[in-house]
Amino acid sequence: MNWRRLESRVEPVTELVIRLCGISAILFVFGIFFFVFREGAGFLFGGLDIVRFFTSTSWYPTSVSNKQYGALALIAGTGAVTVLAMVIAVPFGLGTAIFISEFCSPRVKETLKIVIELLAAIPSVVWGFIGLTVMNQLIIRLFDAPIGLTVLNAGIILALMSEPIIVSIGEDALKAVPDSYREAALALGATRWQVIYRVLLPAAKSGLLAAVLLGVGRAIGETMAVLMATGHAVQIPTSLLDSARTLTATIAAELGEAPVHSDHYQVLFIVGVLLFMITFVVNLAADLIVKGIQKKTS
Amino acid sequence: MNFSAEKIFVCHPSGFGRTCGLAGLAIAALVAVACAGREGGEGGAAPAKTVIQNAGSDTMVNLAQAWAEEYAAVHPEVSVEVSGGGTGTGIAALINGTVDLVNASRKMEPDEIEKATREAGAPPQEYVVGHDALAVYVNLSNPLEEISIAQLAGIYGQDGTTDKWSQLGVRFPGCDQDQIIRISRQSNSGTYHYFREALLGTERDLKLGSLDLHGSKDVVEVIGRTPCAIGYSGMGYATANVKTLRVARQPGEPAIAPTVENTQDNSYPIARPLYIYTHGVPSAAVRAYLDWVRSEAGQRIVAETGYVPLTGADPKPGSGKGAAQ
Repeated sequence: MNWRRLESRVEPVTELVIRLCGISAILFVFGIFFFVFREGAGFLFGGLDIVRFFTSTSWYPTSVSNKQYGALALIAGTGAVTVLAMVIAVPFGLGTAIFISEFCSPRVKETLKIVIELLAAIPSVVWGFIGLTVMNQLIIRLFDAPIGLTVLNAGIILALMSEPIIVSIGEDALKAVPDSYREAALALGATRWQVIYRVLLPAAKSGLLAAVLLGVGRAIGETMAVLMATGHAVQIPTSLLDSARTLTATIAAELGEAPVHSDHYQVLFIVGVLLFMITFVVNLAADLIVKGIQKKTS
Repeated sequence: MNFSAEKIFVCHPSGFGRTCGLAGLAIAALVAVACAGREGGEGGAAPAKTVIQNAGSDTMVNLAQAWAEEYAAVHPEVSVEVSGGGTGTGIAALINGTVDLVNASRKMEPDEIEKATREAGAPPQEYVVGHDALAVYVNLSNPLEEISIAQLAGIYGQDGTTDKWSQLGVRFPGCDQDQIIRISRQSNSGTYHYFREALLGTERDLKLGSLDLHGSKDVVEVIGRTPCAIGYSGMGYATANVKTLRVARQPGEPAIAPTVENTQDNSYPIARPLYIYTHGVPSAAVRAYLDWVRSEAGQRIVAETGYVPLTGADPKPGSGKGAAQ
């Protein structure tokens, strides 16, 4: 009797707490966006030439005589590094996911999963250090390049960093396809390849896409490793063996020493807003595509 | 690491547990940070010990650390806490009043002095505590021995046209492409500012497209592994894998090696003073520390960490006038 009364009182409280938890995530996201935006808003609406920001490659934030804030080279750098990382990571990542979920024995599977999770546990500064030392020399030797801190270097490192995400989520998606699909396909005389290509991949499409896009998000957002491995040079890379600079690395390198509330400080927050919007668009696109696919298949 | 696509993308009821956990963690972290901040502001746990907080220049962090350790041995009742982060970061901390001293590898700007004065009620006092020579480094395989300021400006300057080693008269195996790889620092470090001013004055900028590395050590590290590279960093950062060039003020003039003697007699062209600025009028403990830093014992550490100690010709401790102008 007493217990029941207590429960009836506790329940609404618990419900409220859970509701608050749910809302808090939204509040945090908007709070962060608001803060970042507010820090940069003064300069965004008063002083920054937005057209030049997107079209000029002249990034001279600390010049004494002629300060210029052209972020095109940084945007190009982020784009180049991310695209290369995905070109490498998506085939390898999805291939590994298929292998783990469809082909290998339970023991190999366990080992592989542990090793791949280990790959995800390597701190990004360690990746950066590998890029700065080992990969730099390797690229100089192999490609006879004058410098090894390049788009190629950062792309390979980012690919290795985002691969664990692609593999884990991709494998989850494949595992979620009911066994009856596989059995039905095999019963119709499909080969293993046909089962994967014609049945599993279409069935797990939305999950696999989510895996890839989360990998993209990882690659765009990574900071420390690309700061060290790209060479951090303000120029639009024209080949894989050119140095570049990304948006994230620019914020990391310069925010610490930019005087608070100076134009430079504010423009770095505007770069932050830009990054926020890029990742938002990627996530939104993923969401819409996944929903679209779900509608079509149902 | 069991990622699940739905949990991250869509707000499922089943995803709530995860969100709540994260939110809870975030709140806990915020609270912890806030508490830690309050404690730190009141000067640490042990009230008997005087704490001198200093922050600032990346170039000087090794030096400041060495001073702090030695000073703790001489004056156990005072604890000197050092953090790096860069001259700009240190000055920002001074303006916010969270540090007693800032190690600066450049002079404070007038508007920074003004802000710091407003916060502390008195202008920051400037102390010259040593010198640093910026050495120009190349890879060991590079046969070049000396370079002039004008040649450096040709390599690094905005309108410079030197981008091949053969333009400087050298070709060497290991750098078959002949391309000069310019290594620089992030554009708001004190080192970058000083190098730009020494080469080009304040009217021109460095050419974009250089590798702007994050830290004095990284510069030397990369040059040691890259035959085509050239770069600049404090002379204290020299390693066995790189070669320091002698630098001439004008083409044709004798080139000077970056050594302690050549910096002290002002013959080496790219050397700069290192400063400490105080938060307003320094307390007795801070003043004692600064006197010790400028004493023979403090200056011996300057030499040991690879920088250049003061000479008799250096200005005496500032009365605030030097800094306020």
